[in-house]
Amino acid sequence: MIDTLLTHAPILIIAAPLLTAFILPLIDKVSTKGRNILALCAVVFTLILVVMLAQDVIENGIRIYTLGGENAHMALPSGYHVPVRITLVVDALSAFMVIISSLISFVGLLYSFAHVKGEGTGKFYTLFLLMLVGMLGMEMTGDLFNLFVFLEILSISSAALVAFYIRKGQPIEASIKFIIISSLAALFVLFATGLLYGEYNLLNMGALASEINSQTGGLTLVSQFAFILLLASFSLKAGSAPMHMWLPDTYGEAPGAISMFLVAGTQASLYALLRVIFTIYNTALDTSIIGGLLIILGLVSIFIGVTMALIQIDLKRLIGYAAVAEVGYILLAVGVGFFELAQGELSEYGLKALQGGIFHIFNDVLDIGLLFLVAGAIIYLTKETNLNKLGGLARSMKYSSFFFLIGLVAVAGLPPLNGFASKILIYEAIYKVSPLLSIIAILASIFMLAIFVKIFYSVFMGPQLPSLSNIPKTPLLMLTSMAILSGIMIFFGLFPDYIVDHLVTPAVNALVDNFTYITSITGGI
Amino acid sequence: MTDEGLSLIVQNIVSLLFPLALIFSFYIILFGHVTPGGGFQGGAVGASAVVMLIVAFGAKKIHGNMSHENMSIFESTGALIFILTGLIGLIVASTFLSNFLVDTPLFGEIPAWGSNPGILNSGGILPVLNIAVGMKVIAGLSAVVLLMALAMEGKKK
Amino acid sequence: MIYNLPFYAVIIIIAIGLYIIAFKRNLIKIAMGITIIQSGVNLFLITLGYRKDGLAPIFTHLPKDTPIPNGMVLPVPQALTLTSIVIGVAVLALILSFIIVLFREYGTLDTYKMRRLKE
Repeated sequence: MIDTLLTHAPILIIAAPLLTAFILPLIDKVSTKGRNILALCAVVFTLILVVMLAQDVIENGIRIYTLGGENAHMALPSGYHVPVRITLVVDALSAFMVIISSLISFVGLLYSFAHVKGEGTGKFYTLFLLMLVGMLGMEMTGDLFNLFVFLEILSISSAALVAFYIRKGQPIEASIKFIIISSLAALFVLFATGLLYGEYNLLNMGALASEINSQTGGLTLVSQFAFILLLASFSLKAGSAPMHMWLPDTYGEAPGAISMFLVAGTQASLYALLRVIFTIYNTALDTSIIGGLLIILGLVSIFIGVTMALIQIDLKRLIGYAAVAEVGYILLAVGVGFFELAQGELSEYGLKALQGGIFHIFNDVLDIGLLFLVAGAIIYLTKETNLNKLGGLARSMKYSSFFFLIGLVAVAGLPPLNGFASKILIYEAIYKVSPLLSIIAILASIFMLAIFVKIFYSVFMGPQLPSLSNIPKTPLLMLTSMAILSGIMIFFGLFPDYIVDHLVTPAVNALVDNFTYITSITGGI
Repeated sequence: MTDEGLSLIVQNIVSLLFPLALIFSFYIILFGHVTPGGGFQGGAVGASAVVMLIVAFGAKKIHGNMSHENMSIFESTGALIFILTGLIGLIVASTFLSNFLVDTPLFGEIPAWGSNPGILNSGGILPVLNIAVGMKVIAGLSAVVLLMALAMEGKKK
Repeated sequence: MIYNLPFYAVIIIIAIGLYIIAFKRNLIKIAMGITIIQSGVNLFLITLGYRKDGLAPIFTHLPKDTPIPNGMVLPVPQALTLTSIVIGVAVLALILSFIIVLFREYGTLDTYKMRRLKE
């Protein structure tokens, strides 16, 4: 039984939330408690399967699952094997990202039980599970067209969730901007997929990688054009700087836990960017130019995120701009890692930069997620988002202020928590490329500390405002979800070696080494 | 588009044409593995038949008979049939969505090579998936247009 | 030269769509611009599959003696285009529903007048 589950685990991880998402409207007509319990069971089942699959993949190597048959290949009469079926490829980096998505969905679902009320809540949970399916599909797929389809599933359900409550029309405005920009990005991903299909007659990522890397004379013009389109579209969806305009609007107007779940969604697009750069196009690109481009994108994101966050007066919008800055850190580290890739095998500093960057993906979701959860609790209880009208909330919301303090220390990168563990790796590793990058990164962290200490003092400390004197207690489910996130953050901060050795280093090795990826798909010829 | 729909002549002609359009869409869905067509294409034709009804009779009258909650149940059933067929393929044969209906009496024959009219009874699980997708698309698209028509007439959504 | 004509049409269609999204103020026109870009990308995908003197890729309709992979147009881009059309319908339905709600809240369809989320 366990063996069957483990063999079919990649498709069951996607099929279980999808099946539940379509059963929920039928059960909703009978009872609402049954609907809640069924959604929770689906997410817990996915989480357990994900942990089992991740353990198996990190010990035993890449897993390939073919839909519809036993063998992914079809032998042409000339003896050449071409991969034709839809495949799901799980290696250590996919396992890492899938753990992030399912963990955040569990925490988000617990939080959503507390504050989603009114008519139409059955549709809320259906869209939530569809968003989870989109994320898991993007992180486990093996070919480019499935990546486009799951990207569109993710964007459409996120847009519908952001616009769930019509509060005087502002979330609808944020959501229409989101869906127009994100649909444009997805169309350009499809255009690039069409270009690559027309050039090489292949859609499978492993087979494409082997064709592109074995071509003499560098990249053709069509492949270069496709790469630029893919880089621009995926960094738009990941929220990096010149294309970040949709991010503060969308994060600022989403209800409660959806902001946290959207952060996990943007990390899935970041994963797709890493796949395109490191696995498909590995050293066929000019590493100094593309690495330099990623470093510049990261620096501009950090700068814009931090300086725009200084002048905000809306609580959730400010945390959204901080999220832009955190994505800048990841792009900076990945750019330095790609820059060092050309020096023979990866030199020591390049490997450390990639470890810091990949670890920071997990820490970014945890830290910004915790801050969004606390902000959601504040907005649910006081119905105010303006920082000028909030004050002195520590008396009535004791536990929430403690969790906000933990989130603040983690985002700023101070020692006992997980933000320090990944940021110290990034600072050390990017010092070798140029000391100026390190200085800018450390300065940005200090600015973030200043911003969030300002918010903490103005929202929680100080005299209690008369308009906020009797607000109800925070619901227990919200406090439980915040406690789960804080517990994980403290564990990562106190024992970073354990996580880096067991989760992050296999992921970085799988990312850099595309030879194993290619030979496990096209191998056996 | 007034509240009561269009005039009496249009309503009579539409009531004659609606079954023809619906049968045409069922033909496209069901013969999807022999001729061009399939789930989404037939579903779109069926949804345009329902939209023709909405335009002719007015959204309030159609909402009394085919409300969007019933459409939602129909749509969920279509999606469930799709995923359950895939899961049965996983349990009975090798992997998800594997073709386990070949050589069985239900949709199991294999047509000959060369030019021939094709057999309706062939195709494995493809006709089943076509029917499931067709149900979902007809219900989904007509529910969308019904809700938009109700919202523009000033009713609560 | 004449076989390259659909590719030129794709570039012109996508350029027109981008111009509409960037420079027009009415929300319905922006939704139309998204649909025009979708049509351009679908045309591109279909055109990729054409092979010279190819027939429709249905096994049971081919006359005798057509070479099996080379006498047909490619069927894979047709599946990609169909999926893209379905996704386009879903996105268009969502955008139009948002426009209906925005029109009910603000009473106008001009994006310059209804902008509340600044900075």
